[in-house]
Amino acid sequence: MRDFLNKLGLTFAFIVIVSPAVLFFLWMLSLSLKFEIDNASYPPVFIPERINWGNYAAVIESKRFMTYFFNTLIVTGSATLFALIIGVPAGYGIARMRARKSAIVILIARITPGLSYLIPLFLLFQWLGLLGTLWPQIIIHLVVTVPIVIWIMIGYFETTPMELEESAIIDGATRWQVFRHVALPIARSGIAVAFILSVIFSWNNFVFGIVLAGRETRTLPVAVYNMISFDQLSWGPLAAAALIVTLPVLLLTMFAQRQIVAGLTAGAVK
Amino acid sequence: MSELTAGKAPAKTATAAEITTARKEQWRPISYWPFVIPAMIVVMAVIIFPWVYTIWMSLHEWKVGQAPTFVGFANYLRLPSDARFVESVGHTLVYTALSVALPLILGTLAAVIFNNKFPLRGFFRGLFILPMMATPVAIALVWTMMFHPQLGVLNYLLSLFGLPPSLWVFHPATAIPSLVLVETWQWTPLVMLIVLGGLSAIPTEPYESAQIDGATPWQTFRYISLPMIMPFLFIAAMIRMIDAVKSFDIIFAITQGGPGSASETINLYLYSVAFVYYDVGYASAIVVVFFALIVALAGALLHLRQRTHWNEAGGSA
Repeated sequence: MRDFLNKLGLTFAFIVIVSPAVLFFLWMLSLSLKFEIDNASYPPVFIPERINWGNYAAVIESKRFMTYFFNTLIVTGSATLFALIIGVPAGYGIARMRARKSAIVILIARITPGLSYLIPLFLLFQWLGLLGTLWPQIIIHLVVTVPIVIWIMIGYFETTPMELEESAIIDGATRWQVFRHVALPIARSGIAVAFILSVIFSWNNFVFGIVLAGRETRTLPVAVYNMISFDQLSWGPLAAAALIVTLPVLLLTMFAQRQIVAGLTAGAVK
Repeated sequence: MSELTAGKAPAKTATAAEITTARKEQWRPISYWPFVIPAMIVVMAVIIFPWVYTIWMSLHEWKVGQAPTFVGFANYLRLPSDARFVESVGHTLVYTALSVALPLILGTLAAVIFNNKFPLRGFFRGLFILPMMATPVAIALVWTMMFHPQLGVLNYLLSLFGLPPSLWVFHPATAIPSLVLVETWQWTPLVMLIVLGGLSAIPTEPYESAQIDGATPWQTFRYISLPMIMPFLFIAAMIRMIDAVKSFDIIFAITQGGPGSASETINLYLYSVAFVYYDVGYASAIVVVFFALIVALAGALLHLRQRTHWNEAGGSA
């Protein structure tokens, strides 16, 4: 009997704690599929009787949506790729030199508010005449992606055994060969974790875009924010746009959940 | 058998030692600097340079488009008498305190729940962490609609429980609590993940003996789980504090610091000074003080941990 009560309590607590997350996204979906008249009705319509796919069509067909989508792809893709190219070897070097203290720079980067980078770098980009291109955003996204990659890779390389690398060195391999053929293949799962987190945090970034992006160089989060002022009252297209922007991240989270959890908690616990 | 091993053992050790020295000799010249240098250059360019430049700018009176003039610490001395800045510090502290405490409590509760075995646990954990991974601006947009005083779903939900409607983010008194609600919804999962890591490391024996002794679930949590997860709670509190102080996207997208300046935190004020008024000298001084505040808060948390022996509690239990 007590067991049963405990189980009942647990189930109730589970529903209470999980439902805000689930219901929010269902409500988002519901808003994005309704006609304006249903979105503006009180009491709210939860499950619409007629579905308005037009909200999605309106967003995708809107003038610059595709530009913004490709801007986001380019910025996130370049910032992540570049972070991996320089961050994975750096994580390896720091782990092998046992120079974890040097990671204090990464800690400082983690603590510093994103806006603080924006002021000096904005002036620098202005001086270099880069404003109006995607370069400023690609470069400043490195502030987010490089520390993530280095931090995660230090953790992974610290746990991979040294014996194989030592014997490869004795066999006359160069340090580059050791890294390329011994260390890198073992750390593949770590690279996957670094890649996924880097993509998500770069994709989601908003603060850099609002300052650095012009009309042609907006990323999706900035574009969605700019929709608010134009479409104050039509919730359907707004919700559809919001869902389109965040859908890739939501899917990635569901499918790569194990890597995400590993990456986030590894960074947190160490 | 034992004689054989005994006879061979010294020879073996000798070779092993030789190999070790040989390895060391070959190992020493291997330098890892080439792996680190490219990253160091990038870190210098995008992290160190902005910091140095910020400190330099903070000592100058400089509006974008004009020439900078050296003014010493004048920008810093301006801060205490800037009512809007002082007010924003207060908002930041209230916002941060609530945004640490609430996710910590709810996240621990969620971790205790997720520490049980139940069907589809992995799937539900995935759903549960969606709020913290989803694009903050997209979320903020939907919350803004939900906060709408007339058509918003939240006031409808309140009415279901017989509660009076609220103005949420549209009233100065409820703006910060409403934003904290979003922040809590968003970041409770992170606390859950960290605490869950701590819970799953606890051996099962203490729980089994507690059950035999007839302990209630609360007693089991209070005297077995809680002492063991204290170090994890500390880490969660630290991360939460750092993120809450810096919170920008949610506040900017939902209230922009309003109504009036009711929800203007330091970060929001900093944005206005830098990119609305283009007063980069003064903004840089705010950045430096803001960073010092974050470090001070982190130091205070560390001090608190030492005072209450959070770490040792884990060991003694």
